[in-house]
Amino acid sequence: MFAWLRSRDAAALADEPRSGKFRWFKTREGAALTDPLFKNNPIGLQVLGICSALAVTTRMDKALVMAVSLTFVAAVSSFMVSLIRKYTPSSIRIIVQLAIISSLVIVVDQVLKAYLYEISLSLSVYVGLIITNCIVLGRTEGFAMQNPPLLSLIDGVGNGLGYGLVLLIVGFIREFIGTGRMFGNQILPTVSEGGWYVPNSMFLLAPAAFFIIGFMIWFLRIWKPEQQEKD
Amino acid sequence: MQVNSVRYTLLFATAVCLVCSMLVASAAVLLRDRQHANQLLYLQKNMLQATGLVKIGDAISDAEIRRIFDRYIRLRLVDLQTGEYVEHPQIDPSRYDQRRARADPAQSRAAPPNLSQIKRIPNLATVALVVKDGEPVQVVLPIEGIGLYGTLYGFVALDRDLTTIRGLAFYENRETPGLGGEVDNPKWKAKWPGRKAFDDAGNVRISLVKGGGVGPPKEDPHHVDALSGATITSNGVTRMLHFWLGESGFGPYLAKARQRGGP
Amino acid sequence: MEHYLAIAVKSIFIENMALAFFLGMCSFLAVSRRVETALGLGIAVVFVQTLTLPLNNLILNHLLKEGSLAWLNRDFAGLDLTFLTFIVFISTIAAAVQVVEMTLDKYFPTLHNSLGVFLPLIAVNCAILGGSLFMAERDYTFAESVVFAVGSGSGFLLAIVGFAAIREKMRYGNPPKGLRGLGIAFIATGLMSIGFMMFAGIQL
Repeated sequence: MFAWLRSRDAAALADEPRSGKFRWFKTREGAALTDPLFKNNPIGLQVLGICSALAVTTRMDKALVMAVSLTFVAAVSSFMVSLIRKYTPSSIRIIVQLAIISSLVIVVDQVLKAYLYEISLSLSVYVGLIITNCIVLGRTEGFAMQNPPLLSLIDGVGNGLGYGLVLLIVGFIREFIGTGRMFGNQILPTVSEGGWYVPNSMFLLAPAAFFIIGFMIWFLRIWKPEQQEKD
Repeated sequence: MQVNSVRYTLLFATAVCLVCSMLVASAAVLLRDRQHANQLLYLQKNMLQATGLVKIGDAISDAEIRRIFDRYIRLRLVDLQTGEYVEHPQIDPSRYDQRRARADPAQSRAAPPNLSQIKRIPNLATVALVVKDGEPVQVVLPIEGIGLYGTLYGFVALDRDLTTIRGLAFYENRETPGLGGEVDNPKWKAKWPGRKAFDDAGNVRISLVKGGGVGPPKEDPHHVDALSGATITSNGVTRMLHFWLGESGFGPYLAKARQRGGP
Repeated sequence: MEHYLAIAVKSIFIENMALAFFLGMCSFLAVSRRVETALGLGIAVVFVQTLTLPLNNLILNHLLKEGSLAWLNRDFAGLDLTFLTFIVFISTIAAAVQVVEMTLDKYFPTLHNSLGVFLPLIAVNCAILGGSLFMAERDYTFAESVVFAVGSGSGFLLAIVGFAAIREKMRYGNPPKGLRGLGIAFIATGLMSIGFMMFAGIQL
């Protein structure tokens, strides 16, 4: 039933020449960590988890907190699911995964409220939506159910980082062009504050987020033509 | 036991539930006090920013905020209909939650039709007096009202003449960051101090105007530059000020206070 | 009445789940290659949303909120269980989807054949959980939550069917190689989102 979530990891982790300078990156663990960054990016290639990628990227600090939260949830839930994978009855495995993921998300939400109150206010419902973020469930169901705990943990971190990378790039473009700021600090002095920069506010609106992801996918696929879709 | 047998499945599910609930419950219980403290501190900070006692953007420690708050701010309850201060034996103003009171039919009444989409008005509201040398020099009023995406919650601080605005701060908004979200922009907030909320006849006159070019408070006391690219949020701010400073909001309180000659 | 109309219009057009809040994007992009399947998913979303959102509203207001357990026992009045919101909502949704699937399978096999494949997908659709979370954040009453559920579901339906129609035509286009498929789909969604932004000017 969740076959659509199972992705191309098997292929991605298949035997490749494991030699050369950066040997560790060519090991199974290394591949699990680095492949999701460009080669098999969860957003760029697998179209997973874009809901929040678009909504929280109007400011880089929001994007960063979201990326860290998701990485944590993805890594720990993968680890836990993998730990109990051999004992999980298949009939209730999805609900078990959801229970683990939602518990972790609640923990993250509580921690954010306790330590980063203002950011947690501005992230609004999107922290809760990590539960239905397809990356997390995609990794637990598609990878952690078949692989040992440590590898699953690394895979979760890798996918979280791949997601975070896209988030930060989109966040950078939107915040920088939209307001002339980075992490809330004014870099380009805007006209309304006596400077020269006229912010392009369209970048802060919903459509711009779609365009930026669209163009990012385009550039990624020019760089790595094997990711192009054949019609 | 068979992994796929019904009994094992039930046992397994129970075990997972137990572990998860332990995790969730301990996180919630351990962090609760800190969350409440944070929430309170955040409100206090915004209130102080509205009064100008704390400069926006200053790196200021939590302890310092608490110290300034305790030193200058006195919270009082006001009956919105009569406009009088009330001493309620059971309600501590620092613990009184206006938003919760508003939802309780026994502690609130239906609001007259208004553009800020306020449905109910609490009977009692908390106001904060800024007291210096035993004299109240400013009063901070809570305001709320609809913007573009949701309700904005904030404070407006008035001088002892109860007409001149000392500043305002919004502690909760769901507006578009960079557009309506600029209600948080210190540069925009700096345009407020010195403006007059009321005209000489006592009518609420303050409004946000589009197009920029509003002069300094002396020349143009009743207008403030609207937020660029955020007409609906700007209108929302104007409307909520009109509502809360007007007859169904703090109007009666402000009128009485003016007669008395201070908050 | 006017107030409910305002919520409905707002949730369908102005605060469209997919195009303004980016919710349910995964299935929005995955199941929009053909209008028929998009329609099927859209209807299933409306259905599940209308079922789960008011249900979650009841649970939130009568079980989880601080003081809401007072009807059970006076001693429970001080309990605040709102930290359980996420897990309770997702369980309700998953359970409701399961029940709907089994009911359809047993009593309406034809409907099950057309909607059945989408139901499991919907359990993890952010538009459903997001709808419930927005309901909690905005403190909707029960009646408001029903209107909001129908509205936000219909908004998603409208968006996905419209998008699928555009995508069907787009197959005859000839975009650059790297842009084919996903890339151009995002850009088309962006253009649709601009179209929907025009509704934001409606004064309610």
